[in-house]
Amino acid sequence: MSTNTGTVEKYRNNFLKEVEANVEEGDWVKMCMQCGVCAGSCPLGKHWAHPPQEIFMMIRAGKREEVLTSDSMWMCTSCYNCIVRCPRELPITHIMHGLANYAKRLGLAPKAQPTAWFSQVFWDNMMKKGRVNELKLGLSLYFKDGIVSGIKESIKHQKLGMNMMKAKRMSPMELFGGHGVKSAGDLQKIIKKAQEIENARLESYGK
Amino acid sequence: MAKHEYSYYPGCSSQKGASGSNLQRSVDTMCEELDVKLNQIPDWNCCSASIGYGGGGVLPRMTLSARNIALSEQHHPDQEIVATCAACWLATKEAQERFEDDPSMMAEANQALAEAGLEFKNKKKIRHMVEVLIEDIGYDQIGSGVKRPLEGLKVAGYVGCQTNRPFGIDGESFENPMYLDKLVDTLGGESIKTYEKKVQCCGGALAFSEPVKSQEMIHGIIESAYDNGADVIATPCPLCQANVEIYQDEINAKYGTKFDMPVVYYSQLISVAYGRDAKDSSLDGQIIKAKKLEKIAGK
Ligand code: SF4
Ligand code: SF4
Ligand code: SF4
Ligand code: SF4
Repeated sequence: MSTNTGTVEKYRNNFLKEVEANVEEGDWVKMCMQCGVCAGSCPLGKHWAHPPQEIFMMIRAGKREEVLTSDSMWMCTSCYNCIVRCPRELPITHIMHGLANYAKRLGLAPKAQPTAWFSQVFWDNMMKKGRVNELKLGLSLYFKDGIVSGIKESIKHQKLGMNMMKAKRMSPMELFGGHGVKSAGDLQKIIKKAQEIENARLESYGK
Repeated sequence: MAKHEYSYYPGCSSQKGASGSNLQRSVDTMCEELDVKLNQIPDWNCCSASIGYGGGGVLPRMTLSARNIALSEQHHPDQEIVATCAACWLATKEAQERFEDDPSMMAEANQALAEAGLEFKNKKKIRHMVEVLIEDIGYDQIGSGVKRPLEGLKVAGYVGCQTNRPFGIDGESFENPMYLDKLVDTLGGESIKTYEKKVQCCGGALAFSEPVKSQEMIHGIIESAYDNGADVIATPCPLCQANVEIYQDEINAKYGTKFDMPVVYYSQLISVAYGRDAKDSSLDGQIIKAKKLEKIAGK
């Protein structure tokens, strides 16, 4: 999944170009007119070191390290407040997702960032059977810091789990298989192919 | 034959034994009453919601939706796709639009689908169940079937984010969509027009990864329902429902509150108003019992 860091290195001075080529909806960044509307739109705004407006400015200023190692994009809740308000109609939500994905691909995403970790677990969980297994997803969440703290977390949330089971909204059967698509193998083949196409495109950048 | 028929994308959370299974059960009841037939897309897969981006790049994510669209085209050629989960609807509709805008991405997705002998033409309309209710059936029609008005039930209509943005429901505003309130009133209930957290984000998937930050927002959503005298919060979205209902114990422990606010789906309200019992309306699926609604259902 890694992009050739050598070629990327060569383009360090033109981070905007790199974003335009490699980041989801990245070609929109140059359209930002720095009005600041999006900066006040994020529900977790106070936890963003750099709100979207600032990130777009930093991309244009070539601050590659600072942007890609930032925790900020990972604070996006996908609420779409920004998209419906932006006067230039930038797909801000998708650019945030795209930057997060790109940073993670390059190994630059902050270590132990909980949402970076969770989104990967979610993806892996889903890819196994083609559908999300909520029980395993929940368990891996509690065990993310290792077995001891995992047990502590599980106990803390035990009541929640019991409540969900009583209401038949969480099934222990999920642990032994659970829901899935019949042709999970086919689905994996399809997604693997899509990944190959995408990776090839990213790797050809700058060559 | 049913009056309205659709190709249905239920989503993971609506499966048997999953967190939104109570949504599914009440949707089934509601559709029975409204003569709507939902044909499940055979072997549908997860769309990876709005949180898959950490693991999947844009093409693999869009291709997940392309497979569902392909299967729908194959099995239900003349039916529009309908979803009940906000995230499913959003992801599928977004993919549909992006493929339309970007033929090369669509060609790549078809190249990937070919690995399993599939192909899609991207000619499907992707709709939310709420659109079916409002546009295909209509408030008047819905109102005419009410057997047991939700008299005296004060409802805080919590629309949340993704049923509302970026697409929303035609003719509604992003800041103050009225359809949920109108639906409640149509059913004989009392919508709370002053509920100011109607479109406040609950944290979405970050309720899992950033529980403290998200619970601060959820706290506000529930507090405002109490301040406005609500008996119940109603929502169209399975993740909103779960997020606002299941963490109330944890929030109480942290904030010293005594929250015990039931959170139900519009489909449960309709089922009860149409005279169905608590079980058919999946009220047994509540973690926080909707006592007032149960009482109406028991009448
Ligand atoms: S709202 Fe749009 S134009 Fe304004 S700063 Fe944000 S991205 Fe730029
Ligand atoms: S979608 Fe993300 S970037 Fe946009 S307002 Fe919401 S949190 Fe901020
Ligand atoms: S959005 Fe949620 S419910 Fe819908 S398919 Fe994806 S994981 Fe499943
Ligand atoms: S309110 Fe919460 S769960 Fe509902 S759509 Fe928004 S973020 Fe998702």
